[in-house]
Amino acid sequence: MILFDRVSKIYASQTRPALDAVSLEIEKGEFIFLVGPSGSGKSTFLRLVLREERPTSGQVWVAGKELSKLSNWKIPGLRRQIGTVFQDFRLLPNKTVAENVAFALEVIGKPKSHIKRVVPEVLEVVGLEGKELRRPDELSGGEQQRVAIARAFVNRPMILIADEPTGNLDPGTSADIMKLLDRINQLGTTVVMSTHDSNIVDQMRRRVIELDGGHLVRDQSRGVYGYAQ
Amino acid sequence: MRATFVASEVSSGLRRNLTMTLAVIITVAVSLGLFGASLLVRAQVTTMKDFWYDKVEVSIFLCSKGSDTPSCSGEAVTQAQRDQIKSDLESLRPLVQEIFYESKADAFKRFQEQFKNSPIADNVTEGALPESFRVKLSDPTSYEVVASAFAGRPGIEQVNDQRQILDKFFRLLGGLQLIALLIALSMLVVTVLLIVNTMRVAAFSRRRETGIMRLVGASNFYIQLPFLLEAAFSAGVGALLAIVGLIITKAVVIDQILAPSFQFTSFVGWDAVFAIAPIMFVTGILLAGLAAFFTLRKYLRV
Ligand SMILES: Nc1ncnc2c1ncn2[C@@H]1O[C@H](COP(=O)(O)OP(=O)(O)OP(=O)(O)O)[C@@H](O)[C@H]1O
Ligand SMILES: [Mg+2]
Repeated sequence: MILFDRVSKIYASQTRPALDAVSLEIEKGEFIFLVGPSGSGKSTFLRLVLREERPTSGQVWVAGKELSKLSNWKIPGLRRQIGTVFQDFRLLPNKTVAENVAFALEVIGKPKSHIKRVVPEVLEVVGLEGKELRRPDELSGGEQQRVAIARAFVNRPMILIADEPTGNLDPGTSADIMKLLDRINQLGTTVVMSTHDSNIVDQMRRRVIELDGGHLVRDQSRGVYGYAQ
Repeated sequence: MRATFVASEVSSGLRRNLTMTLAVIITVAVSLGLFGASLLVRAQVTTMKDFWYDKVEVSIFLCSKGSDTPSCSGEAVTQAQRDQIKSDLESLRPLVQEIFYESKADAFKRFQEQFKNSPIADNVTEGALPESFRVKLSDPTSYEVVASAFAGRPGIEQVNDQRQILDKFFRLLGGLQLIALLIALSMLVVTVLLIVNTMRVAAFSRRRETGIMRLVGASNFYIQLPFLLEAAFSAGVGALLAIVGLIITKAVVIDQILAPSFQFTSFVGWDAVFAIAPIMFVTGILLAGLAAFFTLRKYLRV
């Protein structure tokens, strides 16, 4: 599903690589934790998958396509197969919950009838039924993140990318969000999630990929957050 | 493509940036108005040229007794010379379109007629004014052909071209029109810059939306379309205002004010207005397109 082949990324303003010859493969349906200290290259890794950045060298393959060979106009098609969730939710403050989710469908030109049908469905999946007409500032952080997840999942993407999705949430709420991501994973979506939250990683016992200074330092199935075991 | 969704995005974008929208509309209207006005002046100059060149003539003044021009040697023109000049003029057809002979008596009568309310008329006696051939050319620019053939010939005192006086006047008008056009063009550049800036501000204030659009896989076209339509809308409204201004200029300033006061010349007709209006509209839309081309590539990439 995702294949990195000796991928290095050096940002234009930087001399030290943000990612240094990283090779790894992620299979369809996997649940991946991406861990590592701040600045280790986790977000860079995720941006490369989205083709928000291009590798300086090496190849990134997503869903059978090598991204550097993907012409510009095909990038939207790639992104429609990938859902994204961020620490800061990225909701539109002047739209309701339902409108925020519908927005993602409107802008890719889905017909109204389709939107009317799938938005309530996905809001039920994420547990927001009854809150369709609230605005983001009328929701808790956890609820806002559920809206973001609903938006990311409404197209039933093959891959869900989550960059520190629980970074702004308290432990209890984080656990709920993790249950939701786990459920989405069980519905068949490959989930790649970066996190600093050791409790979550230790509890879930999924594959852990650790980066440090741009190097891949650990790739462990059913791993834990730190080395201390 | 969902038309209603795009339309609502565009209208909310325009309203959110109302002051900028107004600034763009006004600037487009003013710069295009100036542009249209300079084109109108140009059409006016052409109209006047057609009108006046059609009326101007080359005058060949013949010698009178006592003329001190060398070609006259103090003698009046003889009948033989007069006939020779006449037949030489005839041989220049079709460049020479019409030939009138004006005798001293005719010249005196015409002078009296022209200056009947002026004391000058009383000081001029019959015989003081020279006789002449008045020649109308099919191509007024070929004055030189006539001048070189007749100037300095025995019996001819002077060859005069009214066109040369008009040319000075038209060169002046042409210069003014060029200045107006240059001002208009620099205003158009300013307009493009303003639209670029407006789109930048709009792109910035909507970076949240566009960021999300990019992430969920909206196409470039879909992301950029609202910005394009907004710019096109403002430019279109501005262009329409400028065209209305042009029509008012024609209907009121030219037809009601100028034309009655300056009856000796003709003014541009509606055909010129109808020719200029589409140019203005297209220019307005092109301005927006040009601005969009610069901005969208830079600020709204995938
Ligand atoms: N757009 C950018 N331009 C230049 N350098 C960047 C850019 N984004 C990240 N970097 C640099 O690349 C390195 C890796 O950054 P990255 O954001 O991938 O780290 P991270 O693991 O996500 O960190 P955190 O856990 O704090 O989010 C850092 O040294 C960072 O300064
Ligand atoms: Mg990061």
